[in-house]
Amino acid sequence: MSSFAIDKAGPGRKVKFGSMSRDRVWALRWSYFFLTLFAIIALLPPIYMLITSLKSSAEISAATNPWWVFHPTLSNYHELLTSNQFLRFFGNSAAISIAVVAITMAISIPAAFALSRMKFWGSATLATGVFLTYLIPDSLLFIPLFKMFALFGDWTGIQLINRWYVLIFIYPTLTVPFCTWIMIGYFASIPKELDEAAIIDGASWFQTLTRIFIPVALPGLIAATIFAFTVSWAQFLYPLVFTTSTDQLVLPVGIITTLIKGDVFNWGQIMTGALLGAAPPLVIYAFLMDYYIAGLTAGATKG
Amino acid sequence: MAEVNLRKVVKRYDDVEAVRGIDLDIADHEFVVLVGPSGCGKSTTLRMIAGLEDITDGDIMIGGDVVNDVPPKDRDIAMVFQNYALYPHMTVAENMSFGLRLKRYPKAEIKARIDEAARMLDIVELIDRKPKQLSGGQRQRVAMGRAIVRNPKVFLFDEPLSNLDAKLRVQMRIEIKKVHQKVRTTTVYVTHDQVEAMTLADRVVVMNKGRIEQIGTPNDLYHKPATRFVAAFIGSPAMNFLPCRLEEAAGRLHVRLTEQIAFPLPSDRAARYRNANPGQQLLLGLRPEHITEAKPHAEPGIEPFDATLDVTEPMGMETLIYFNLAGKQVCGRVNPNAPARDGQPLRLAVDLNNMHLLNEATGAVI
Amino acid sequence: MVDVAVGRGSVKDLRRASAATRLRYALKRKSTVAFLMTLPLILLIAVLVIYPAFYAIHLATLNKSMTRFVGFGNFRFLFKRDTFWMVVEQSCIFAITAVIFKALIGFIVAHFAHNIPSGKQRKWRGMLLVPWVIPPAMSTLAWLWLFDPSYSAFNYTLGLFGIAPVSWLGEVGWARFSVILVNVWYGAPFFMIMYLASLKSVPDQLYEAAAIDGANWWQRIWYVTLPMMRNIIAITTLFSLIVTFANFDIVRILTSGGPLDQTHLFATWAFKIGIEGSDIPLGASISLFMAPILAIAAYFILRDVTKRGNEA
Repeated sequence: MSSFAIDKAGPGRKVKFGSMSRDRVWALRWSYFFLTLFAIIALLPPIYMLITSLKSSAEISAATNPWWVFHPTLSNYHELLTSNQFLRFFGNSAAISIAVVAITMAISIPAAFALSRMKFWGSATLATGVFLTYLIPDSLLFIPLFKMFALFGDWTGIQLINRWYVLIFIYPTLTVPFCTWIMIGYFASIPKELDEAAIIDGASWFQTLTRIFIPVALPGLIAATIFAFTVSWAQFLYPLVFTTSTDQLVLPVGIITTLIKGDVFNWGQIMTGALLGAAPPLVIYAFLMDYYIAGLTAGATKG
Repeated sequence: MAEVNLRKVVKRYDDVEAVRGIDLDIADHEFVVLVGPSGCGKSTTLRMIAGLEDITDGDIMIGGDVVNDVPPKDRDIAMVFQNYALYPHMTVAENMSFGLRLKRYPKAEIKARIDEAARMLDIVELIDRKPKQLSGGQRQRVAMGRAIVRNPKVFLFDEPLSNLDAKLRVQMRIEIKKVHQKVRTTTVYVTHDQVEAMTLADRVVVMNKGRIEQIGTPNDLYHKPATRFVAAFIGSPAMNFLPCRLEEAAGRLHVRLTEQIAFPLPSDRAARYRNANPGQQLLLGLRPEHITEAKPHAEPGIEPFDATLDVTEPMGMETLIYFNLAGKQVCGRVNPNAPARDGQPLRLAVDLNNMHLLNEATGAVI
Repeated sequence: MVDVAVGRGSVKDLRRASAATRLRYALKRKSTVAFLMTLPLILLIAVLVIYPAFYAIHLATLNKSMTRFVGFGNFRFLFKRDTFWMVVEQSCIFAITAVIFKALIGFIVAHFAHNIPSGKQRKWRGMLLVPWVIPPAMSTLAWLWLFDPSYSAFNYTLGLFGIAPVSWLGEVGWARFSVILVNVWYGAPFFMIMYLASLKSVPDQLYEAAAIDGANWWQRIWYVTLPMMRNIIAITTLFSLIVTFANFDIVRILTSGGPLDQTHLFATWAFKIGIEGSDIPLGASISLFMAPILAIAAYFILRDVTKRGNEA
């Protein structure tokens, strides 16, 4: 009883509590201050893209204040969005990314289902192998892959080098391992009783997958889809290696190789192109941020 | 509806025998509960009946047909799981109809069956909700509804109430019993809770270490346990076991607990134990309710003795007492008005008409 | 009633045998199905990852026109080149510095984000992750423009404070600084998001218990936060080490390895020699030097991820 009274009314305690809450307020202020600072740094390049994209070439070369637009114009956007070449880049990127997402899902989902639910000889090794594959970067494989596809063309007469669709075969090496890995994790988190209930209800393996697993693991599926799409959209090294003709290029490579003509940098158009190229992932991110982040953090857990 | 028969069913995982050859005949409409401690093989047995586990040896028959190699979906069974296993992305109605839809039943029939089951389980207003929006008890009802709409030959329940709190468990227990009275489907129910087993079952199967210890009605198991395991497992607080010997004294058979304490046996018991080896080490089994405060008048078979109480637990309708007898802690139940106080002596009486005598070495009840 | 399984008739044995065969068939079928479901994955990895990896080793042993086996000739050639040792040095400086700063900044920002009320965290987290979302090739273009020597926004801003223009990408020191800066800008948000998720999983009671035990904020970080996050810090750092070490986009776009090959990484140099210079064997040899470092990092990641999986 007496200790209770001291705790409640002791003067020392009160002061301590007051200072603690003042500390808290200051911690909060500092947090907001630094977060604002970091957010400015994080958003500086995209904002600068936007500012420049609204300037005319004349305004850029006049070297006025680079942080401000004095005569905003949409001419850069108009020019790019009516340029067949730019639309071709955009179309190539979109076609490749969508095809890669489809292929990735078609390979990852059944594989993840088998690896998480049907234990078979070597399944644990394969799951580990999938994870290791995901750690192999593009810059280790681009030279042998290039040579392989070149030889393939020599042997079969089917020319795949400098064809935009060759990238549809190559990107899955980047997307499938990670997507399989996170889908294994999502599938493994589904309680075993759920598939047993489905089996007793009369579902086949295939029906269990399509009618129970895929709907239940939909958040994981969305996260994997976003990952596959953004990776395909952002890939730079492979298209730089595999494609050269302007009509075969994808967006990132196209902007860099066609808008930079020798030493002449048309910055207004480059920034517009870069912003348009960054737009699809940004839009997806804006609407599906939680799935995006879930997919990002899921990679560090064992499936 | 159908009977279920198990013939020498064995389940072996690598080197471990989880189920060691059990025989069990379950009649049509019967409600049978498999009960036992965790790892006794009761769940494995149920899962073998369901077809979720392959059987290593023996036969399982449902409705007279051997179903050893029949996949679960063709066994015409329904199962309720411990964690309900409701499909989280489907509404209650979709959950209940999933099996019927897979079998391509006509829409009208599906709807009729869902309506009937929902009415029976009082979940009509929940029919369009997702499992996430339901309480534990409601989920349990839906899981049962999913089993009922299938109208299967056999219901299988795998510890369906152990995820519920104590109060809901009692309520759902009654609910399950009511449902069974209505649909009369043959039911196999697995639980580790002996109270659930006693209250629900037509017959209880007590399992231990992969074997059946005893099969019987709840009353049989309580009053005529066949083994020490059953005697100890059924009933709460558990039966007291006291080391004892039989001896002849003054022309009557006595059960001797210590140098000081020996009770003369009632005549029918004496006749029953006459042939037991007198030198053998035995155990006297006494349920707490057969150790009470001494009554003023003597009754045959009720023998008084004195004890000093260690702890008393007033429960309201009775008081549980704990004291030391023959080096063992013994539990008794006395009238709440009896002068039972911690650390105080009290004159008690044992009811030897309801005693059990066990062979200490084999654990068998004599 | 109590049953012990003993007697087995000969008829029973026969029936049991056939049941066993059927069971084996069923198992066989199930694993066959599972194998077929993983087959596309296995083929993809085998044909487009494992085979090229070994093919790279084969290519590295050929001469430039790929007509003759030269054994370790390419490697011996590389060891004699100053540029090679410069690339090794720059790759290590780049990767280690960038990862350290990414980890530090990520940790600090994650703490600030964790400090503020959870209702507002989503918005801040959303803004802070933007650098990771933009395709690096696109954002690096913006940096290239920010660094531009004549119209540079940075130099303009410095000029306002009377500081002389900096040749961001033209001088070796500044160029190395710039590529690291852009990489940190791009990668720190990833650390931030991983740490933030990990911070959220530390139970509040631990901090309360530490506070009651009299720990100040620094002791709380040292004795509670860091030990709880140890595993995720290790995984994230090692993962980032691989990605940073193998980086291509940023250096390629910002400097193309210049000035005077001083900012080349293995990836960009391998590209320059192997693809632009059409010396595929030498390019393959260069990129192969990434393999040992990647293998070591991968080994530790796998160990930690498995450990993390066991904890969960």
